[in-house]
Amino acid sequence: MSEIRPDMNPDPADTCIAFRDLTVGYNSHAAVHHLNGVIARGSLTAIVGPNGSGKSTLIKSVAGLLRPMSGICRVAPGLSTAYLPQLSELDRSFPARVKDLVALGLWQKRGLLGRHRPADRQAIVAALRAVGLEGFDARPLDSLSGGQLQRALFARVLVQDADLILLDEPFNAIDEKTIRDLIGLILHWHGEGRTVVVVVHDLDLVRTHFPQALLLARRPIAWGPSAEVVTPENMQRARQFQEAWDDQAPWCEPSPAPARGVA
Amino acid sequence: MADWVVAPFLEFAFMQRALAGALLLSLSACPVGVFLMLRRMSLTGDAMSHAILPGAAAGFLLYGLEIVPMTIGGLVAGAIVALGAGAVARLTVQKEDASMAAFYLVSLAIGVVMVSLRGSSVDLMHVLFGTVLALNDDALRLIGLVAAVTLATTVLLWRALVAECLDPLFLRSVSGLGGVVHFAFLGLVVLNLVAGFQALGTLLSVGLMILPGAAARFWVNNTLAMCVVSVGIGIVSSLGGLLLSYHASLPSGPAIILSAGVVYLLSLLAGPRGVLRPALPRRHHRTA
Repeated sequence: MSEIRPDMNPDPADTCIAFRDLTVGYNSHAAVHHLNGVIARGSLTAIVGPNGSGKSTLIKSVAGLLRPMSGICRVAPGLSTAYLPQLSELDRSFPARVKDLVALGLWQKRGLLGRHRPADRQAIVAALRAVGLEGFDARPLDSLSGGQLQRALFARVLVQDADLILLDEPFNAIDEKTIRDLIGLILHWHGEGRTVVVVVHDLDLVRTHFPQALLLARRPIAWGPSAEVVTPENMQRARQFQEAWDDQAPWCEPSPAPARGVA
Repeated sequence: MADWVVAPFLEFAFMQRALAGALLLSLSACPVGVFLMLRRMSLTGDAMSHAILPGAAAGFLLYGLEIVPMTIGGLVAGAIVALGAGAVARLTVQKEDASMAAFYLVSLAIGVVMVSLRGSSVDLMHVLFGTVLALNDDALRLIGLVAAVTLATTVLLWRALVAECLDPLFLRSVSGLGGVVHFAFLGLVVLNLVAGFQALGTLLSVGLMILPGAAARFWVNNTLAMCVVSVGIGIVSSLGGLLLSYHASLPSGPAIILSAGVVYLLSLLAGPRGVLRPALPRRHHRTA
């Protein structure tokens, strides 16, 4: 499997995320299987793969929202993380304005009680301008379109000012112009030296804009420069994996933990 | 008119106490109700109000109609049901609405059995429907204390409360406060229900929590403004209910909740976000 470990002996100072034999999943069914490798500091990586191949699961475990079943998923200490989920639990009927949503991004800096300073307010205005929502700050959330909401969520990521940015399918149901603008932001973050990991479905986008790609089909199929990863042969291999959980699936080596009746 | 409104409060000390108690309750319970509604937990509030009954009844059985033991009993029962239902929801496949319903129904049945073991149906009526016109100093002090704790906690946790309602997954990704906030908030709900039951009874104390918040939703679209408007509606309902109770010889608790119900209906009809406004024909619209 050495071909899917892009960096066998990485310099630790260059490492942003390290996976060592990582297995994550739900109810003892692995969604990501024995992943080894490293995502370098300042890299821009696309995670691709069919539906149900474990992309979101992997991102969630990097974000610290899901504990590994075994193995290690380690983010370099001292790095701040911003995570934009695919299925946001955002309540759009909540009586808040756009700037209230974006201001949530100040949490890591100001916490529960810290005052929002004038500079923070300027950061919010600047972030809204950067995502093309200038003048939207006082608009109620329930009046936003899907694309505008996604732009507002990107503004929140901007305000979070994080070293590691995790975006889970940020381009779903978004028109082309918005995708172009959001890609521009991602490339800008990359240019600033932040580490960015994005789950993407559009392979053309991956080929054009993402230097690195990881192709998942529950286990890693290929990992490295996008041009070498996103190839017809690799995609064909990825498509062959079985999407459904199999309750009869054999236990993965070595010996399984004794089943405790939990399916 | 002025006589009709002012005289009862000038003349009778019990009316002044009732007013003070109801105003403090409005100040405290209405913002909690706003967050209950925003978290889609209005019916949880209702369930909790039933759940505190056996605790209150145990206090009543042991010490009679005394505020302190009944309050402590209610707090304990409320905490057991809230934590129990929450634990079942987290540890099993059952969702919190079902486990909450199961716990509160059992709790309510135990409570009614306990009250009927001793005492008459008059006592049961006291516990169930409250006696705002007979608030003593202890009860007023308790309500004041609860109001202070509630306001302080709400101010302290404001940002987390809003974040937990608006985008709980985001809050989980940046902070471990989500669970703490959830249980602190449930604690506030129980505390306010217990403070209210002396005045309004266990069954109706939730009314002053839910109705003003629900009515405020039809007027404003901003969390802080909703809290302020709901407190205003709570105060107006308390005043109106007490006067109605005094002049028409109605039981005070239900009169207050009925007044709040009337405000809710008016808001539903006439509020800017109510049912009538969108139905009105509009001649003008903006181009963008």
